[in-house]
Amino acid sequence: MTSNHIIEIEQLKREFVMGSEVVRALKGVSFQVKQSEFLTIMGTSGSGKTTMLNILGCLDKPTAGSYMLDGISVASLTKNELARLRNQKIGFVFQSFNLLPRTSALENVELPLLYNPLVGAKERRERALSALEAVGLTERMRHTPSQLSGGQQQRVAIARALVNDPVMVLADEATGNLDTRTSYEIMSLFQDLNQKGKTIVFVTHEPDIAAFSKRTITLRDGHIIRDNVLEEQRSARLFLENLPVTDEI
Amino acid sequence: MHPLNLIKIALKAMARNKMRSFLTMLGMIIGVASVIAMLAIGQGSKQSIQDQISSMGTNMIFVRPESGQQGGVRLESSTMQSLTVDDVEAIRASSPHVSHVSPQVQGRGQAISGANNWPTSIQGVSPDFLEIRKLEVADGVMFTERDIQSAAKYCILGPTVVENLFPGGESPIGRTIRFKNIPFKVIGVLAEKGENTFGQDQDDIILAPYTTIQKRVLAITYLHTIYASAVSEEQSDEAIQEVTLALRTSHKLKESQSDDFDIRSQADLIKTFSSISEMLTALLAAIASISLLVGGIGIMNIMFVSVTERTREIGLRMAIGGREIDIMFQFLIESIMISVSGGIIGVLVGVGASVGVGALAGWPIAVTTYSIVLSFLVCAFTGVFFGWYPARKASYLDPIEALRYE
Repeated sequence: MTSNHIIEIEQLKREFVMGSEVVRALKGVSFQVKQSEFLTIMGTSGSGKTTMLNILGCLDKPTAGSYMLDGISVASLTKNELARLRNQKIGFVFQSFNLLPRTSALENVELPLLYNPLVGAKERRERALSALEAVGLTERMRHTPSQLSGGQQQRVAIARALVNDPVMVLADEATGNLDTRTSYEIMSLFQDLNQKGKTIVFVTHEPDIAAFSKRTITLRDGHIIRDNVLEEQRSARLFLENLPVTDEI
Repeated sequence: MHPLNLIKIALKAMARNKMRSFLTMLGMIIGVASVIAMLAIGQGSKQSIQDQISSMGTNMIFVRPESGQQGGVRLESSTMQSLTVDDVEAIRASSPHVSHVSPQVQGRGQAISGANNWPTSIQGVSPDFLEIRKLEVADGVMFTERDIQSAAKYCILGPTVVENLFPGGESPIGRTIRFKNIPFKVIGVLAEKGENTFGQDQDDIILAPYTTIQKRVLAITYLHTIYASAVSEEQSDEAIQEVTLALRTSHKLKESQSDDFDIRSQADLIKTFSSISEMLTALLAAIASISLLVGGIGIMNIMFVSVTERTREIGLRMAIGGREIDIMFQFLIESIMISVSGGIIGVLVGVGASVGVGALAGWPIAVTTYSIVLSFLVCAFTGVFFGWYPARKASYLDPIEALRYE
C-alpha cells in the first residue's frame, strides 16, 4: 500500500459556478507527496494554483476526485472535522504572516494549540517555546509583531505552523513580502526543517524560490504540465553566504 | 476552546479599544442606571402612599348603607337609615376577627367658643373609634361607655379646632364650646396627625359620644357609618365576611336579596392606590428600558465593526483549526462581557443616583433587590441578544475569503 504517502490526489476537479458560467479551476489533477518531500507548486495566476492550495489546506473541498491527507479522505468530512484536520495535520504559513497584532510572539505561536482540547496550558507553553527555539526566536518571545522585522514575523508564523507537529507545512508565497536576503533566510529555515523530516508544500510563482525545493509541479490552466524532481537541490544557506555584504547597510 | 481562554481573548480585545469599549458600555450603564433609579423612585412613592394610608388604620373596615331607591329616585347613601346601633352589637357579638367596632354619626356646623368660631364637623362615636382610626388623646381623657349611655355633652377636640377656637394658646380642657347651640364640655385634645393622602386635614375634627350627637344635635336614631377594625391586616377578608354575615342576619335579608350596605376596607384602598403607583412605576421603567434597548443596539453596532475589523484574524483562526462555534463564542463572550460589565457599573451608578436624588430632592426612595437583579439579567440578555447576530456573521465567514480580506 501507499502508507508512506502524505498526500494522494486522484483526478481532482474543482469547478466554480459564477452566475451562468462554470469556471473549471482544476481539470483532473493527480499526484502523490511522500513523507519528508519538499514540493513546490508553481504556476502563473489563473493556473489553478490558489485553488490547489485551498484544497490542500482543507479550506475548500474538491468538486470531484479524491484527496487523501495522511490516510484520511477529505471530501467526506464535515466543516468541524475539516477544522480539526487543519488543526492537527496542517501548518499554514502565509505571504502576509497573519500574526495577531498586539499579541506577543509566544501567544501567537500558542494559538493553534488553544483550539486543540487535548493540550493543556502547561504543555501549550512548552511546545510553543520549543517551536520558537526551532526558528531561533527564543529571545524575542515577548515581542509583539510590530516590534519584529518582516523576517522575524515570518519566523514566528513558521513556529506557529510547527507547534502542532503537523504532517505537512503548507506555505503560500511565504517569501513574497520579504527582501532577497530575508527570503533566502526563510528558505534556508524551510530546508533545515525539511532535513529534519518535515514535509513541506510550497506554493509560489517565483522559479528561483522553487529551485530550493526537491520537486516542482507546474500547473497551467487547471492541468499539471510538468512534474520534475530536481536532481540538485540548491542550498539557500550557500546563496546567503554569497550575497554581497553591502546589502546589510 | 476553553471558556477561560475566550474570556481572556475578550478582555484583550476590550483593552485594545478602551475608549470604544467604554462608550459602548456607557449605553448599558445609562440604561441600567436609569431603570434602577426609576424603579427606586416608583417603589418609594408607592411605599410612602401605603404608609400614609396605613397611618389611618391598616385594619380599618367601614360600613355604609347602600344607596337605595325610592319611587325611581336614587338616594344618597347618607340619607338611608338602614344601619343601627343593633347592627353594631350584632357585629360585636358574632365576629371574632373584628377587634374593635364603633358607630359613627356626623354633622357639620359652626363651633363657637367665646368670640371665636370655626366651621367643622362633629363626629359621634364610641371610645373604640380612637383605636380604629389610630387616634390618640394627647391631653385630657376620652369619654367612656357610661358617658355614651348618659349622652353626656363632652367632647374631644382636634388640634386644628383648638387652634381656631382658642388662639391664645390657653388649654381648652374644662372649657365649654357650643356646636349648633348645644354646649359641650372639652375633656380632651387629640394628638396631631396632619393631612392624609387626599390632602384632608385629619386634625379638623370634634369627637363626642354618638348618643349625644344622635339625640341632641341631629335628632336621628340611625347611624351614618359603622367603623370596625380587623384583628390584623391579613385577616381583613375574614373580618369583612363576618361583618357581612352579621349585618345580613341582623337586617333579615333573604338569600335572593342583595346587601343593603356597602363594606370597604383600608386594604382595598391600599390596593387601589398601589395599582396606580405600580402603573406609574411600570411606565417609568418602560421609558428607562428604551435607553437599555438603545444601549443594546450600540453593542450590536460595535460588534459588527469589530467583526469587520478582525476579518483576517477570523480567517486565520479558522485556518488553524477554529470551528464555527469557537469563533461565534469568541464574539458572543466579548459582547456579553461589555454588557455585563456595563451592567455592574450601571447598578452602582443607579443605586448611587437613587440615593443621591432621595437625599437632594427629599423624595421617598426604595431600591429593591428585584430591580437590581432584573436589570442585571436584562443586561446579560441584551449582550447575548445583540451580540448573537454579529457573532454568527463572524462564524459564517468563509476562511479563504477572510484570509484575503484587505
